[in-house]
Amino acid sequence: MDLFFRLFPEAWPDWLRVALSAAIPAVLLLTFMAVGPIVYVYAERKIAGFMQDRLGPTRVGPYGLLQTVADAIKLMFKEAIYPTGVDKKLFLIAPCLVVLGAFLAMVVIPFGGKAQVADLNVGLFYVIAVSSLSTVGLIMAGWASNNKYALFGAMRSAAQIVSYEIPAVMILLGIVMIVGSLSLQDIVLYQEGGLTHWLLFRYFPIMPIAFVIFFTAGLAECNRTPFDIPEAESELVAGFHTEYSGFFFAMFFMAEYTEMFVISSVASVLFLGGYWSPLPNHILQHIGPIGLGPLWLIAKAWFLVFVMMWLRWTLPRLRVDQLMYVAWKVLLPISMVLVVLVGGLLMIPATRNGFPWDRWVGWIFTLVIFGALIAWMAGARLSKKRRVQDLAA
Amino acid sequence: MIQWFKDVWEGFWTVLVGMKITWRHLFTQKVTLQYPEEKWQLPPKSRMRLFMKYEDCIGCGQCARACPVQCIYIKADKRDPKATPIFAANGQPIKLDVTVFDIDMSLCCYCNLCTYPCPTDCIYMTPEYEFATTDLTNHLYHFAKTGAKFLTVNPKAPAKPAAPPAGAAPAAPATPKPAPPTPAPPNGGTPPAPAGA
Repeated sequence: MDLFFRLFPEAWPDWLRVALSAAIPAVLLLTFMAVGPIVYVYAERKIAGFMQDRLGPTRVGPYGLLQTVADAIKLMFKEAIYPTGVDKKLFLIAPCLVVLGAFLAMVVIPFGGKAQVADLNVGLFYVIAVSSLSTVGLIMAGWASNNKYALFGAMRSAAQIVSYEIPAVMILLGIVMIVGSLSLQDIVLYQEGGLTHWLLFRYFPIMPIAFVIFFTAGLAECNRTPFDIPEAESELVAGFHTEYSGFFFAMFFMAEYTEMFVISSVASVLFLGGYWSPLPNHILQHIGPIGLGPLWLIAKAWFLVFVMMWLRWTLPRLRVDQLMYVAWKVLLPISMVLVVLVGGLLMIPATRNGFPWDRWVGWIFTLVIFGALIAWMAGARLSKKRRVQDLAA
Repeated sequence: MIQWFKDVWEGFWTVLVGMKITWRHLFTQKVTLQYPEEKWQLPPKSRMRLFMKYEDCIGCGQCARACPVQCIYIKADKRDPKATPIFAANGQPIKLDVTVFDIDMSLCCYCNLCTYPCPTDCIYMTPEYEFATTDLTNHLYHFAKTGAKFLTVNPKAPAKPAAPPAGAAPAAPATPKPAPPTPAPPNGGTPPAPAGA
């Protein structure tokens, strides 16, 4: 916001400068949020298709690129149906609230340098608080729909989000202890200086586990498969959005995908160095005067979104009791132990800034990951060849 | 406690194993056939749309009798005995004028039973499967052609003039029999136009 505030001449009245500097990022973010799902849904369908040996959408536009645009247009022009007995006010407010919950969290995400709408000093708390807002929206939607399946979905969603927020907050606690600040900008600045400084590679065995826990909890908070019991289509017709149609349905969709992006970008801010490039000495951080920070953040976040989609098409849905087991008996104890461990390590002067082997771990970790990826890709090619041979035989 | 750690590790590890499998499938050959552009080449003996070669039909009506769903309608008149003799491709003399030969493909059950009794192998199933229409009556195919060109010369050597070599007679019927389920129908694979429509 400050970034835009200084753009306008000082001769203008202050209220106009504030209004304009608030409106510009709002419009930008809203556009990003409205256009984003078009990309994500396309990616999701393509990835789903590829992982099931299909092609995904190919008909509308080249490579089916316009498929989701067509879908969005269709959804906009569809009639919004109010079934008998719905609580009309709540029914209309609910999707707006869900979208709002996903949207507001984007305010504090630092996109690079000063490109951040608001650098709140309680940024992480704000993210947690605001992303819980969508739970209220989901319950509203379920309650207002006058449909037992919708209500079931909403209750499950509430139970799930309440459960999974606790391990996520525990992990955040550890990070806040290390950094000493709740502001996301400070957390990113703390990780300046390349891959080895990323929080993922601090306290080596501890932070990767924390990352996995945070990512799992985040996955559950966006109601994505394997944690999508709120909209389990085989049990509840479509969960909380059973009765929604047309644009309101699209809003739920938009909220889900925006929330995916928000969780992914928060995870990359917390663990993957936010807008810093993985190379030391700010290599590839700028091309001339143009900062590449937003690109790095979006690349990292989109990679995590891809992992979410990857997981969705890999894992089956958990049962409700398994879901609760994972939250309360696996993630929560581990994250509490991690909090205690990190707190203890921070007390000791020798390990205040991480273990001595930390600066070597990051590179090796990355190399191992990339080696595994290349090996897998080679394996995939081999298996493709074998498959072709099998088909020919 | 140890069991708990083992379970957690197994849960995490099996997720990775599953992810490896889906990752591999990201790059494998896709099995989708983009239908209107690429078509699956059916085997030549597949039983799709019926075809009847009118020039070879002798009007015996055995196919209509064999049909379990009565989808073949034949009307035949006696042919003028003084007219030029005409023959089917395998030498059977055609003694009836087939005025109507309709097959209702919307009734056909693709059992292939009509093709077995045909003495001239003029009715057979083709691998042609794209005959969806917006009008159901288009599935009633009229195979009787008014301007059909019949063979007036018997392709099979008649038994009587060729009588002297006695061994030639039994060998003769086997010679010019056309293979019934050829992949390309004799009129070039184009769908037989409903002539009477």
